[in-house]
Amino acid sequence: MEALINWLVTTFPPLSEGLARFIVYVLYSAVLAFVAPVIIVVGYTYMERKVLARIQDRIGPNRAGPLGLFQGLADAIKMLTKEDVTPVCADRVVFNLAPILATMAAILVFAVLPVAPGVIGADLQAGILYVVAVGALGEVAALMAGWSSRNKFALLGAFRAVAQLIAYEIPIVLAILVVVMAAGSMQMSVIVAAQDVPFGLVLPVAFLIFLVASIAEIGRSPFDLIEAESEIVAGFHTEYSGMKFAFFFIGEYMHLFASAGIATTLFLGGWRGPFAGPDSWFGVLLGFIYFVIKTTAVIWVMMWVRGTLFRIRIDHLLDFAWKFLVPLGLILVVTVAVALKLPVIGASSSRWVALLAANLAAALLMMLSVSVLARRSRSAALREVAGVE
Amino acid sequence: MTIEHAVQIFAFIILTLMTLGGGLAVVTSRNLFHAALFLVLSLAGAMGYYVLLDAGFLAIVQLLIYIGAISVLILFAIMLTRGLMMSGQVQRNEQWWIAALVVFLIFVVLVVTLWQTTWPIAEAEALRTPNVAIAQLGAALVGPYAIPFEVISLLLLVALVGAIVLAREEGNQPAQADAETGE
Amino acid sequence: MAIPLPWWLTVAAALFAIGLYGVLSRRNAIGVLLGIELMLNAANINLVAFWRHITPQALTGQVFAIFVIGIAAAEAAAGLAIIISAYRRRRTVVVDELDTMRW
Repeated sequence: MEALINWLVTTFPPLSEGLARFIVYVLYSAVLAFVAPVIIVVGYTYMERKVLARIQDRIGPNRAGPLGLFQGLADAIKMLTKEDVTPVCADRVVFNLAPILATMAAILVFAVLPVAPGVIGADLQAGILYVVAVGALGEVAALMAGWSSRNKFALLGAFRAVAQLIAYEIPIVLAILVVVMAAGSMQMSVIVAAQDVPFGLVLPVAFLIFLVASIAEIGRSPFDLIEAESEIVAGFHTEYSGMKFAFFFIGEYMHLFASAGIATTLFLGGWRGPFAGPDSWFGVLLGFIYFVIKTTAVIWVMMWVRGTLFRIRIDHLLDFAWKFLVPLGLILVVTVAVALKLPVIGASSSRWVALLAANLAAALLMMLSVSVLARRSRSAALREVAGVE
Repeated sequence: MTIEHAVQIFAFIILTLMTLGGGLAVVTSRNLFHAALFLVLSLAGAMGYYVLLDAGFLAIVQLLIYIGAISVLILFAIMLTRGLMMSGQVQRNEQWWIAALVVFLIFVVLVVTLWQTTWPIAEAEALRTPNVAIAQLGAALVGPYAIPFEVISLLLLVALVGAIVLAREEGNQPAQADAETGE
Repeated sequence: MAIPLPWWLTVAAALFAIGLYGVLSRRNAIGVLLGIELMLNAANINLVAFWRHITPQALTGQVFAIFVIGIAAAEAAAGLAIIISAYRRRRTVVVDELDTMRW
């Protein structure tokens, strides 16, 4: 970004540096807010349908255009031409604002994604905390949608959605905390620069917690109780149709890309790769390509999980968050903190080995305690059923 | 006046409209749900103030806790105590006019006092470089301010347990609205 | 700093006055709580404005403001739990009607 600003200042003399900086940042924000969502939605909905189809042993869309590539466009036309139904006694202003807020909360995350070396919207000192904070904004949108629909089922769906979102916020924060401890800063560019070895290899348990909790935060299967048709009609977006429903849909895909982008930045090294660096145009472009490839790989894993696992019930879902992921996350934070304070023996890579050992130890401890407790509760239940022996 | 100054003043005006306008709407709105949403708007305006005052970390904390947790809690409580009825009844009690008078007098006294005091503003050099390093903030929280830090974690724990116990239905599992984030 | 300190303090005083009006004149208990949140925010704005203009090198202002936010969270949780439990017993959240100490 700095190079681009300098180039602009040198080639257009009447441009002052402040104005050039303003123009570059405004252009970047416009691309992120208007161009990126369209490309993401069109591209990734097509990819999702193809991936799910192949997992389910069928072909997927292949009618609209060659190889079905225009399916996204066809979907967009369908959404735009649907009738926009608003319930009679719905709260108009809040009803219309809710999908906008939901999508806004997802797109705001794009501002701190380091998509290429040197290219980041706002390199905040507390970048990763900003991501968590903006994620919390989506809960207000869900409540607004559920309440303004004046529909009991929408309201119940909104309650469930917010309970799920709040429950899975904490494992995400704990996983992020582990990465912040390992990288030494909350700034996104510093986290990327600290990953000589990608943190996903060194902190696998944190990576898994982050992935699972992100899938739950987005509201995808297997955690899609809040929007599945066989459960509660369509959750808090029951009464929405046409473009407003499309906004929720777009918001979900934005959130998907944003979460995958954050996972790439925190655990897979962001834009790092061979020959990618802030020196030349080619390095920057290569960094961007690496980022997109890694993010797409993470999204592919999320789609794979969607096509494979069955839906989880709401109380199991909440139990999983509060009784498994949160204790696991806390144990992980403590063990990683201890492992980071150990003196470095031998090469500096022994630090990574210590972190990996801490992760595996935490996971092992958790698995052991869960199995012991589960066996105890199972035998207690059996004894109850079979009578006292 | 440089461009930077102009942008700051423009932002201050917009944020003041958001915060004070939202605040007025909070206390005068007939619909309680709308009042809570206007509170969210007001809190977002306050968040903008913190960004203008170079307290970026505090702005993010405000977004995370006030808008992301406390507002959700208030919205849940509103939904659980009103059912689906949207009452258009007046939300003021019969003392509102004297309350308005007293509040206006308090405001006038405050404003007159603060405009007449000479504040010990820091040197220009210090004003230009505020201490916003998050690492130092973290070190301060576990160093000089360790005791308040521990006390507030204890307070949050007590509030969490107390809220769960208070709102527990007799004999059944606690209601969903007590899922306080407690961060 | 483009905006001098007295302006910040005036805005905070106005927000505090608005919150106080909300506390004094709302019938609904949750409406009173909304007013209290506004007052706490006004105090926070005051704290941060003072920090920025008078002691920008120290950290006390920001730390104090963070603690105020934490306390506001605890108080909102406890207050709302009380309101919900009172609603369950008496089926009303109008402050004028919650007027007996035992029932």
